[in-house]
Amino acid sequence: MELDFEVVDLGPADHPEEGEQAPEFTRPLVTDEYWSDVALSELVARDDEPTVLLFHSMDGAFPATYLWKEVRSRDWHAEATVVGVSISTPYAHKQLIDERDLGEDYALYSDPGNGVAEAYGIAHDLDGMAAVSEPRPAVFVLDSERTVEYAWVAEEWPDFPDYDEIEAAL
Amino acid sequence: MSDTDIVCYRLQACPFCERVVRRLQEYGIDYESRFVEPLHSERDAVKRLTGKRTVPAIVDDTEGVTMSESANIVDYLDRTYGDADEAGGEA
Repeated sequence: MELDFEVVDLGPADHPEEGEQAPEFTRPLVTDEYWSDVALSELVARDDEPTVLLFHSMDGAFPATYLWKEVRSRDWHAEATVVGVSISTPYAHKQLIDERDLGEDYALYSDPGNGVAEAYGIAHDLDGMAAVSEPRPAVFVLDSERTVEYAWVAEEWPDFPDYDEIEAAL
Repeated sequence: MSDTDIVCYRLQACPFCERVVRRLQEYGIDYESRFVEPLHSERDAVKRLTGKRTVPAIVDDTEGVTMSESANIVDYLDRTYGDADEAGGEA
């Protein structure tokens, strides 16, 4: 069946590619118990497992809900350090962690200024929300030195990552 | 973070916490801020450390000290990190 709806074409993004080093940043990392500033370089070096950075819409928007439902059900935390990044505040992140039962297994970077998305070349100004910019949906799998092992950035909006493909990269 | 001397559990906009943080800054101590739940009943991370859910609370790994109550913490910081003259003057 042909559905009569339109997605927004975002065009290509100039983002870190596989084999390149992902930009360093420090932002509050929110867990189920507290938040504190954590550098990405420190996070990726915590163990030998890959790190998955999931850039998503602000908490409460349906893409964020769908994404975390899927990731939670796939238990990626068993094989990787999996963290989200959105422009939502730490307080909103706490709520998302509770609602999606992310518990101790997942954490969320809070970046209200959207500077991380800008550094990654994936900032997206939201139509109809003046002065609000957030990341495009994007996924980066990094090794313990921040080298990109897998990269996917949405070129249309809305769009969702290929979960099987990411899983294969872990 | 591993290169910090003190971990400080705090709540945004809590004046008692600010008092402790000001002291940490005065003494040039490297500290890591951990912001906790505004809801008292959910501050389990703090309770596991100090037995209480109140903030501020600090963990000083170099000295092996964990404590809460801002007045106690400030006294402790003055005694441990304050310069000798001030400490002598107060004694």
